[in-house]
Amino acid sequence: MTTFFIVAILVLAFILVFQISKASEYVSVLKGEDKTFKQNNRINAFLFIAFLVLGLAGAWWCNEVFYDRTLLAQPAASDHGEKIDTMLWLTLAVTGLVFFITQIALFWFAFKYQYTEKRKAFYFAHSNKLELIWTVVPAIFLTVLVGMGLFYWFNITSDAPKDAQIVEITGKQFNWMMRYPGKDGVLGRKNYRLTDASNGNALGVDWEDEASHDDLESTEMHLVVGKPVQLVINAQDVIHDVGLVHFRLKMDAVPGIPTTMWFTPKYTTEQMKQLTGNKNFVYEISCDQMCGSGHYSMKGLIIVETQEEYDKWLAQQKPQYMTVSAAKKEAAPASADTLQTKLNVEASKPLAKN
Amino acid sequence: MSITTVSTGHESEVSTSAHGHHEGHHEHHHEESFISKYVFSQDHKMIAKQFLITGMIWAVIGGLFSVLFRLQLGYPEMSFPILEDLFGKWAAGGRISNEFYYALVTMHGTILVFFVLTAGLSGTFANFLIPLQIGARDMASPMLNMLSYWFFFLASIIMFASMFIQTGPASGGWTIYPPLSALGQASEGSKLGMDYWLVSMAMFIVSSLLGGLNYISTILNMRTKGMTMTRLPLTIWALFFTAVLGVLSFPVLLSGAILLLFDRNLGTSFYLSEIVVKGEILPNEGGSAILFQHLFWFLGHPEVYIILLPALGMVSEILSVNSRKPIFGYLAMVGSLFAIAILAFLVWAHHMFVTGLNPFLGAFFVLLTLLIAVPSAIKVFNWLTTLWRGNLRFTPAMLFAIGFVSLFISGGLTGIFLGNSTLDIHLHDTYFVVAHFHIVMGVASMFGMFAGVYHWYPKMYGRYMNNTLAYIHFWVSLVGAYLIFWPMHYQGLAGMPRRYTDFSNWESFKNFGEMNRFISTVAMIVFVVQLLFIFNFFYSIWKGRKVTSQNPWGANTLEWTAPIRPGHGNWPGEIPEVHRWAYDYGKDGRDFIAQTEPISDSESKH
Ligand code: HEM
Ligand SMILES: [Cu+2]
Ligand SMILES: [Cu+2]
Repeated sequence: MTTFFIVAILVLAFILVFQISKASEYVSVLKGEDKTFKQNNRINAFLFIAFLVLGLAGAWWCNEVFYDRTLLAQPAASDHGEKIDTMLWLTLAVTGLVFFITQIALFWFAFKYQYTEKRKAFYFAHSNKLELIWTVVPAIFLTVLVGMGLFYWFNITSDAPKDAQIVEITGKQFNWMMRYPGKDGVLGRKNYRLTDASNGNALGVDWEDEASHDDLESTEMHLVVGKPVQLVINAQDVIHDVGLVHFRLKMDAVPGIPTTMWFTPKYTTEQMKQLTGNKNFVYEISCDQMCGSGHYSMKGLIIVETQEEYDKWLAQQKPQYMTVSAAKKEAAPASADTLQTKLNVEASKPLAKN
Repeated sequence: MSITTVSTGHESEVSTSAHGHHEGHHEHHHEESFISKYVFSQDHKMIAKQFLITGMIWAVIGGLFSVLFRLQLGYPEMSFPILEDLFGKWAAGGRISNEFYYALVTMHGTILVFFVLTAGLSGTFANFLIPLQIGARDMASPMLNMLSYWFFFLASIIMFASMFIQTGPASGGWTIYPPLSALGQASEGSKLGMDYWLVSMAMFIVSSLLGGLNYISTILNMRTKGMTMTRLPLTIWALFFTAVLGVLSFPVLLSGAILLLFDRNLGTSFYLSEIVVKGEILPNEGGSAILFQHLFWFLGHPEVYIILLPALGMVSEILSVNSRKPIFGYLAMVGSLFAIAILAFLVWAHHMFVTGLNPFLGAFFVLLTLLIAVPSAIKVFNWLTTLWRGNLRFTPAMLFAIGFVSLFISGGLTGIFLGNSTLDIHLHDTYFVVAHFHIVMGVASMFGMFAGVYHWYPKMYGRYMNNTLAYIHFWVSLVGAYLIFWPMHYQGLAGMPRRYTDFSNWESFKNFGEMNRFISTVAMIVFVVQLLFIFNFFYSIWKGRKVTSQNPWGANTLEWTAPIRPGHGNWPGEIPEVHRWAYDYGKDGRDFIAQTEPISDSESKH
């Protein structure tokens, strides 16, 4: 019923506006088209200047209301993020200046040079000098922006420091899975054909590789504050993207093509709670590449903590290999030590389909 | 609206019936049947109208889709039973399902980018203006031109049909990145709907190539006597570069689409490698998902300029006519169009900074991308100078042209953020990008299109559209565009990802509920006002005020020397000869000097 009413009101409003507009056309014919033209021209010229003034005021108001909800209002949580913020402010300053100058000129000219019988338009077809100026000046500003940008870009995409902690993150519809290399610092080899989530191998780790035996798997990412971390990023099904807003970073997760990204977290989760004044603050991993119907819900969590807290957490973790082999043992106690062979057989089984 | 400044004696009254003037030697003076006149027409003007009206129908559909998904974003916790009545399982319980949301978004993007702002915009104005402004009787090949429309029509039918299949239309975003778009297991929209999408786009590309080749050859070969390239109106230059961009880049998308069809249906692995989807291990190895993105954006970036350039050209023309001043820096305007067209091919990977692209390679794309800002800046400053010390008449077309400049500035400047890879790491795929491309491409090009429609409507239909409605249309659209897209920059700066149906579960993104409600409400109002435009358009075809003077805007270009309602062939009798450029407004104290007027000895040089 309300829907009906809304539609009816809309239709009525529509007809009303239309009738008024029709009528105004007749009136204009009666009044003399010339007079109507001049009147309309004045109204529109005035509206332009009003739009400029109200628009600038609106932009200011919008900023008042929303600035604090953006990330501009909080410090970047990674070293790279700080560089990105600096670049952002620089670009904002340059483009902001151009924005105000050109928009004000545009609407001011529209108002100032509105039609009047008294003025003759000024025949001004070109000026090499002016055109040179506004080719060169933007070019200089852009050179600065490009220069700074690339300096940071190469810095951010440089190789990770040797002592960086390594964490592997793998996306699939619609969640994230983490893997830690364990004590040896090496992630075990993977083979996607070994993927078998129901038997504890959601990531397709090749257990034959000894380096995999101490690898930890987790659904949350734990990082140590102040310690560089390198993410090794994978996807199983479609393209995802590891989006880390508070660190100001993101990197696609592409099936078949691992990518990497490194940074140093600057604040623990607890510190961020204080810095942002939000006691529910968490570092969230958002999927930033359209990946299907659950894309909007593909969330991961990062916990940034002190070394002690991290060590404590680590001590509680059990390598996935142990979990898997324990399960196997339970299932078939007799053939406990044939786990290896069993897994191998499974791996070499021809694929069911195709 | 009669323009009072029209003063020189170029305004011979011409009968509204072109047929009255047909001299015996003219080819088309038989009575045409309904079918050959309105359906399988080979008259470029009729084909232009076909493109325009089809584009308008698509625009309403695409716009309606945005209203629907904005409903979800603005009012995530509300349910609208009427949606269930209309869409059944797609909106069970009166809520837009996730699949439905993504299908709507994907169709919205596809429709507006390709069907409205490519076919609807270029198709309309290239067809309408090229022959009329260069002084030709029709396109180089009217037949191919007709086929171009009908391929577009076929593409439209297929795309439309895809919305009615059981698993729904494509839903992976208008950029259809594989593997999502390649694997039916990964998403409902990647089932049959995706094949429809690809086939439809293939037809669309054929249409666009037929049209583009035609535009290029017409402009190069069929200019009237005296119409040298440097005397062409900027509209024609812009349409020329648009066509070149399309002809060189659309085939690349076609190849990308065909490979995707192969991957989907023939078991190839162009884009697929090492995939486990929903627990199923796929045999494909060795392909690259990134390859598709290169192919896609090699078209995709030029595509955004295919959408923009016609608007740039029309706006230049309209600003000059209604400022009663020459366009400032004609050659710089042509040069910057040229520079933009070249650079458009060299920047595609700026959409791929965070795909794992080699950073060294990325650096070149940063440089080339930001280079585009230079010709863009030249254009803006030249437009501003064109307005400066003019005598501005605010016709509806002029209003939209000025609005266009404002939007082009706002959206172009945010491009400088995104083109800088350092910032793109942060802003990629957030609402900042949504704000950027809607303002600079979506709304700005729409404004260019509106400007063109209002300006050339008298030439198309021999009538005017209602001015009051046009003013309402303009002011609501301009204010609305900023109210909708300006705040989105803030969402982007908060890191909010695009293509999310619901943010309420995110600690980081849930602070913008009211803003989303506000944006959705404005979007609905703006949508309704667009319907006012549509209504005005169709009503005025039959009931609009009649045009009584041949050159109502007092413009210099050739189309205004043709009869008010030109027949097929455009000019009864000889095609006029051209003696000067198109922008002698206000020269030597004369309001305007048409291109057909010979240069007199006493004239000053410019
Ligand atoms: C100064 C000029 C411009 C620069 C430097 C620029 C830069 C960029 C960049 C770097 C992106 C990718 C952002 C991302 O996905 O992270 C982008 C996106 C986009 N730009 Fe621009 N742009 C400019 C002008 C334009 C123009 C004139 C148009 C259209 C006519 C346009 C339309 C688009 C579109 C449609 C997208 C989004 C594509 C998608 O869905 O991912 N841009 N722009
Ligand atoms: Cu995802
Ligand atoms: Cu681009």
